[in-house]
Amino acid sequence: MSTSTASSDDKNRRAPAGERVADWADGRLGIYSLAKANMRKIFPDHWSFMLGEISLYSFIIIILTGVYLTLFFHPSMNEVVYHGSYVPLQGVRMSEAYASTVDISFDVRGGLLIRQIHHWAALIFLAAMLVHMMRVFFTGAFRKPREINWLFGFLLFVLGMFTGFTGYSLPDDLLSGTGVRFMQGAILSVPVVGTYLSMFLFGGEFPGGDFVARFYSVHILLLPGIMLGLVVAHLILVFYHKHTQFAGPGRTNTNVVGMPLLPVYMAKAGGFFFLVFGLIAIVSAIATINPIWALGPYRPDQVSTGAQPDWYMGFSEGLIRVMPGWEINFLGHTLVLGVFIPLVIFPLVLVAIAVYPFIEGWVTRDPREHHILDRPRNAPTRTAFGVAWLTWYFILLIGGGNDLWATHFHLSINAITWFVRVAFFVGPVVAFVVTKRICLGLQRRDAEKVLHGRESGIIKRLPHGEFIEVHTPLDQADLHRLTAHDQHKPAEIGPPVDENGVRRKVGPAEKLRVKLSKGYYGEGSQIPKPTAEEYNEIAAAHGHGHEEITTGHGNH
Amino acid sequence: MSSQEEFSEENLPSERGGAVEPGRDPFADPGLPAHRPRMQDIDERAAKRSERTVAMLFLLSMVATVAFIASFVAFPVSKIVYVWPLGHVSILHLALGLTLGVALFCIGAGAVHWARTLMSDVETADERHPIEAPPEVKAKVLKDFAAGAEESAFGRRKLIRNTMFGAMALVPLAGVVLLRDLGPLPEKKLRSTLWAKGKQLINMNTNQPLRPEDVVVGSLTFAMPEGLDEHSEDFQKQIAKAALMIVRIQPDEIKSKRELDWSHQGIVAFSKICTHVGCPISLYEQQTHHVLCPCHQSTFDLSDGARVIFGPAGHALPQLRIGVNAEGNLEALGDFEEPVGPAFWERG
Repeated sequence: MSTSTASSDDKNRRAPAGERVADWADGRLGIYSLAKANMRKIFPDHWSFMLGEISLYSFIIIILTGVYLTLFFHPSMNEVVYHGSYVPLQGVRMSEAYASTVDISFDVRGGLLIRQIHHWAALIFLAAMLVHMMRVFFTGAFRKPREINWLFGFLLFVLGMFTGFTGYSLPDDLLSGTGVRFMQGAILSVPVVGTYLSMFLFGGEFPGGDFVARFYSVHILLLPGIMLGLVVAHLILVFYHKHTQFAGPGRTNTNVVGMPLLPVYMAKAGGFFFLVFGLIAIVSAIATINPIWALGPYRPDQVSTGAQPDWYMGFSEGLIRVMPGWEINFLGHTLVLGVFIPLVIFPLVLVAIAVYPFIEGWVTRDPREHHILDRPRNAPTRTAFGVAWLTWYFILLIGGGNDLWATHFHLSINAITWFVRVAFFVGPVVAFVVTKRICLGLQRRDAEKVLHGRESGIIKRLPHGEFIEVHTPLDQADLHRLTAHDQHKPAEIGPPVDENGVRRKVGPAEKLRVKLSKGYYGEGSQIPKPTAEEYNEIAAAHGHGHEEITTGHGNH
Repeated sequence: MSSQEEFSEENLPSERGGAVEPGRDPFADPGLPAHRPRMQDIDERAAKRSERTVAMLFLLSMVATVAFIASFVAFPVSKIVYVWPLGHVSILHLALGLTLGVALFCIGAGAVHWARTLMSDVETADERHPIEAPPEVKAKVLKDFAAGAEESAFGRRKLIRNTMFGAMALVPLAGVVLLRDLGPLPEKKLRSTLWAKGKQLINMNTNQPLRPEDVVVGSLTFAMPEGLDEHSEDFQKQIAKAALMIVRIQPDEIKSKRELDWSHQGIVAFSKICTHVGCPISLYEQQTHHVLCPCHQSTFDLSDGARVIFGPAGHALPQLRIGVNAEGNLEALGDFEEPVGPAFWERG
């Protein structure tokens, strides 16, 4: 294609094709300025940073496979008689939604694979988001300036739960229909408007003929649309804030150390998408999830035993299973507390973790930006709160599977239910106390390591017969790493009178803040970091001791 | 580093001296450590090996994609084979999944191996800049905003402001109103079922009217009202309320007087729909006459008015009053006297 005459004149030089395309785009989109800031953007490396990537990639996989599934799925509750190739269901009356899902599984080549990838990716999406959220929580990555991105991520988790629920309800099989009935029963418990909500949602009495079509538009359009927007916003903020990093030599709060987006993270992160997709495809090939053909179509008067929601709905299942059946009847009305209280606690469990960054921000009143991650042990109260929350969550998961615990471990279902009822209140408190103590122990060990070095495992005998273990002093990089975190001082109420002798008013909110701050950073809530003086003092004393060892060695 | 090296004499602390020179801040940041070259950085043969590994992975991916297409064409969709340890599986599904998985995984493995072994792993630092704007920028923006607000007269012409707020507050109501036709009002719909005086109990297994002699002690029978047809359009809606379970209990074992009065010689009929959140109850313990909802384990004592003895349900299962008609079939003597299924605000 080189028709232009070769010329030494620079103005007449034809740029390479790629450059010309880029020039064209730059004139319209300003891509050179965009690339200047981002093409060689530095990202730090740590294994825990890939958890968010798993979430992102499984989300993309869900969208790709979901679009495929819409090509074959019929979101209709019209009754049909099945005549497809799955023999056990032939002649059975079912909704078109169920029939088309069976068709996808047995008559569309590769349909079952895509269905399985879609479902597995959804389970992994939610799990990866939860673990990613915990990574962000326990390392304090949610602190200023990232509180809003924490909320975006939290919203993605919650919307992901509902997208998952509406999604697995679509096939209209016996298991998912039971889940929808549970939801409808819970909606009925809402005081005053419960029956209205139920009628409007289902287009009349349960199950009606509308909910699959309605859930379908929510599942494929409304919720994923919002989520896609949130994912984009989440990623823009990650780019804008630049990634957090752990403390270490050369890594400060004002820089970000790592490797550039082009080429390293293009290849690593891009490659990781294919790794995640490949693994999910293999899992989908060998492990069946949600075999709707084995369950049969939904009938409101039939049910299977061992009915379980997808795992991320399990904690709400636990709430509803362990709650005592309280009902209050008055003036011709019924307050269905046994169902309504779990319905209210369900969002509160989630909100408890969502608001935490703002509580900590309020307690510390720390106006600085934080780009260096905390090691969980160095924030004992936060870590303890997080573990307490997780304990709460997992206790509810146990409650949600109480029948499976009973049958698999030959336990009494009544005993399990009572255990969960007690542990719901006691478990988080115990977890909080134990975690805090473990964190403080680890802080002590760090301090010990900084001042006295690492245990080398070598025992030496001194000339006068005493045995000592040789400690290897840390190099400066490790010393820095273990002492780089800052330790807050607990807040004080301040003097009761100001400098003019006028009594200061201290509101109850401020009193609470000071109290919490003492709980966070007061005595017994953190181990003071070793100081340089302490270190030098001990190092000098050690130097003396080491000479003795050397002497002994020489005489040998 | 092998343990041998680590504990050799020259590595002992005494010989190496303190890690930090005395007098300096021992905890100061020593700065970025020097780059440690990888084998591929110094040995071209190692780099070549990496190159071949990456290319091999990409080639394997190509082969797997070809195998995917071949499987799609070759295997019939209905062919089931036995594969250890998976059991009986669709060979098409398994082949497509494994080949697609390998095709994707190898691209990823190749790219990551390429990045880790052949692309530069020198760490560099980017400076961060404060997110907050410098004061002069903030001052300029506030000034601009004040100028814009002033020019709009938003604060001065309160009539405009207030009417605009009013209009903006009202217009979403149009959207709310539009939702009204999502469904009918509840009215008394949840209070009644298809059961009525004289309706025979139809055995759900045989589709024949139930006779007292069909119901033996220890069995759990499900019934629906006469006239309800599986093919009718509102079958799902009707069975969701009318589903009935029938057991026979020795009359002297029935503890509740009302239950005995509403039974026919110890044959009692209760709503099958759990009063917790509406699952169908399906587990029956013959000896104790307890029934258990498999969804949330609410347990009811059928020999004592179906009261709740365990679990999250809030009230007893409604009982249907039954008798025997002229033909000797079981029939309902009316509808349930209270709403079936989960409780709700208007239930009372």
